[in-house]
Amino acid sequence: MSQNNLSGAQVVIECLKREGVDIIFGYPGGSAIPMFDALLDSTIKMVLSRHEQGATHMADGYARETGKVGVALVTSGPGATNTFTGIYTAMMDSIPLVVLTAQTTTPNLGKDAFQECDTSGMTFAAVKHSYLVKDPNELPRVMKEAFHIARTGRPGPVLIDLPKDVTAGVCTAPFTDEMNLPGYKIPGAAPAEAIEKAAALINKAKRPLLLVGHGAMISDACRQVKEFAEKLNAPVTSTLLGLGTFPSSHDLSLGMLGMHGTVYANKAVLDCDLIMSIGSRWDDRITGKLEVFCKDAVKIHVDIDPAEENKVLQPDVFLCGDAKLVLEQLLPLVSKLDTAEWVKTCMNWKKRYPLTYPKQGGLRMQHIVHTLWETTQGKAVVTSDVGQHQMWVAQFFKTDYPRQLHNSGGAGTMGFGFPGAIGAAFGNKTGWPVCCFAGDGGFQMTMAEMATACIHKLPIKIFVMDNKYLGMVRQWQDLFYDKRYSAVDMVGNPDFVKFAEAYGALGLRIKRPADAERIIRKALEYNDGPVLIHCECEKEDNVFPMIPAGAPISSMITEPPKTQLEKPTGST
Amino acid sequence: MNQNKDFAHSISLLVANRPGVLVRIALVFSRRGYNIDSLVVSPTLNPEFSRMNIVARGNPEILMQIIKQLEKLVDVVHAKDHTNMNVVEKELALIKLSCSSEERTEILQLCEHFKASTVDMTENSMIIQITGNTDKIDAMKNLCSKFEIVEYIRTGKVIMLRGKDKT
Repeated sequence: MSQNNLSGAQVVIECLKREGVDIIFGYPGGSAIPMFDALLDSTIKMVLSRHEQGATHMADGYARETGKVGVALVTSGPGATNTFTGIYTAMMDSIPLVVLTAQTTTPNLGKDAFQECDTSGMTFAAVKHSYLVKDPNELPRVMKEAFHIARTGRPGPVLIDLPKDVTAGVCTAPFTDEMNLPGYKIPGAAPAEAIEKAAALINKAKRPLLLVGHGAMISDACRQVKEFAEKLNAPVTSTLLGLGTFPSSHDLSLGMLGMHGTVYANKAVLDCDLIMSIGSRWDDRITGKLEVFCKDAVKIHVDIDPAEENKVLQPDVFLCGDAKLVLEQLLPLVSKLDTAEWVKTCMNWKKRYPLTYPKQGGLRMQHIVHTLWETTQGKAVVTSDVGQHQMWVAQFFKTDYPRQLHNSGGAGTMGFGFPGAIGAAFGNKTGWPVCCFAGDGGFQMTMAEMATACIHKLPIKIFVMDNKYLGMVRQWQDLFYDKRYSAVDMVGNPDFVKFAEAYGALGLRIKRPADAERIIRKALEYNDGPVLIHCECEKEDNVFPMIPAGAPISSMITEPPKTQLEKPTGST
Repeated sequence: MNQNKDFAHSISLLVANRPGVLVRIALVFSRRGYNIDSLVVSPTLNPEFSRMNIVARGNPEILMQIIKQLEKLVDVVHAKDHTNMNVVEKELALIKLSCSSEERTEILQLCEHFKASTVDMTENSMIIQITGNTDKIDAMKNLCSKFEIVEYIRTGKVIMLRGKDKT
């Protein structure tokens, strides 16, 4: 189909529709006016955020929830720079986004025009790909390519910089499915030779362990992971972003491994004779000291990104391909292993070292998370911000379904949780409540989005886990820096209940553990808009188990240490 | 990390001929604190693509990772390490010398030996053009340093695979 007299902006909007986009998140400005004008005549829902970072996180939360490409639209200059944290967050977690940034007119490029910024130049390092469109006739192809790149292979954010004269100008080029991407390859199945080598190693394993990451979820390989684990009779552990790919309630599940993972998962890592990563990237949060990580175990690494090979460690076999296809290749070649003893050992660890928390004292974040899990019977979509509460969510909100738990893993972006929940709520088709856990620190970074949540009457349950500290930093200062608390006191917090009420949302408060269930039920029953539950928590609780950054997994701490610990050698 | 002790690697890339490609490539190096020793960008027979040759030093494992990250860029068709491969490698250098008429004869003898040519000559100066591999040009430059080198410029390395196959 060819179009006559369509503006660049109208073509962009039509391309969005053709890509199946029905919602975008954004914030207007001078250079973006042609885009917002064209949006008025479209059926695409426009969600106006209160800050461009919020809009980008919303698009990200929507993408995580639905598996579709999330779209953000902002203006040039500060509008564009405000999206960078969101773009980087999506990049680190392989989230498909298309971020449309407006730009000054093409003749003004490079002249320090009002609200001009070198958006593509500033974002090169944090995008999967980007475009600066200088001719409206490029738009149909660029839009096609951008969505294709964002959603295929290892997904990621694609930025399109749109000068105002391009969106206001006339596009005469026809809509197209043609792309010009000679350098873009999408791995599918893994090479047969590598598959055979991997299968032979797996069939020899006595104590195999499967490590499931986000890649398995993105590849929609949940069924294959389960079939594979059951066929081998191998226990399964998961990264933070992989949680939900393999059901937590499954007997073979060991939950999350790594820095704040379960004792039993980490013990299994220490004792396994084969570890197979399916779509994880051996992040430093899970390996600890790399030189001793699974030193004597056979390592198999499945990843769709060829650049992950040998990036962190040298596996015995690297299987480059889509997790789902690779597992389907492997399934007929592997046999049930003689692992009864090994599985029994893991089950005994599971019984002996369960995740617990002290029941005495004041209100604990673990208690809130666990009570919500019990009350909803695990049937909730949960987003989390970053910090101590995030780890407790990962530990105590046991997920049985993929795309159930959303949080910023690789980037650790404080401020993600709440706008992420707004995006997830727009995409949520489960019928389950959307619940957001945020610390008092992170929530304040993006809490302006309360207006967005209220306008759209999104029934999000926002748990503000208030310990009046930046808890995770305080924990490190407590354990490793002689309790010298520096810049972690959140003195000056507002009254969060009044804050919610000021926007017309419902505000509730939990002060005592005994009140948690009653108030959570009340929050779950309220569906006329957002409800904020201010949880006044223990001030100085620490997350355990813990492996100090850069330390070997064997130096895991399971309870508060009696003496001061050495400063960690690893990063953050 | 002292990169200079590490072996120099010659990397050739076939890339889309588009604005921004060079920055994307440079960022893969700079992110790891790696320096690009020399760089050649040239058109190819197909105007849609450019050829790049990069020489960089560093830990071989990190360079392997860099090459994979280069391959991953959407605008890069392929990236290959040609170190120790059967390739033709050439560089070109211009050396401007300040010299008296007495010194000129010796310089011209040097040029003859190295198959270098004089591309500019005045009463008290000369520009020598030399082509060849890295060692040859280094040797010429060292020998010239007994005279007064006014300035010196050198291209990056152009690389082509020997035989019928494409680089």
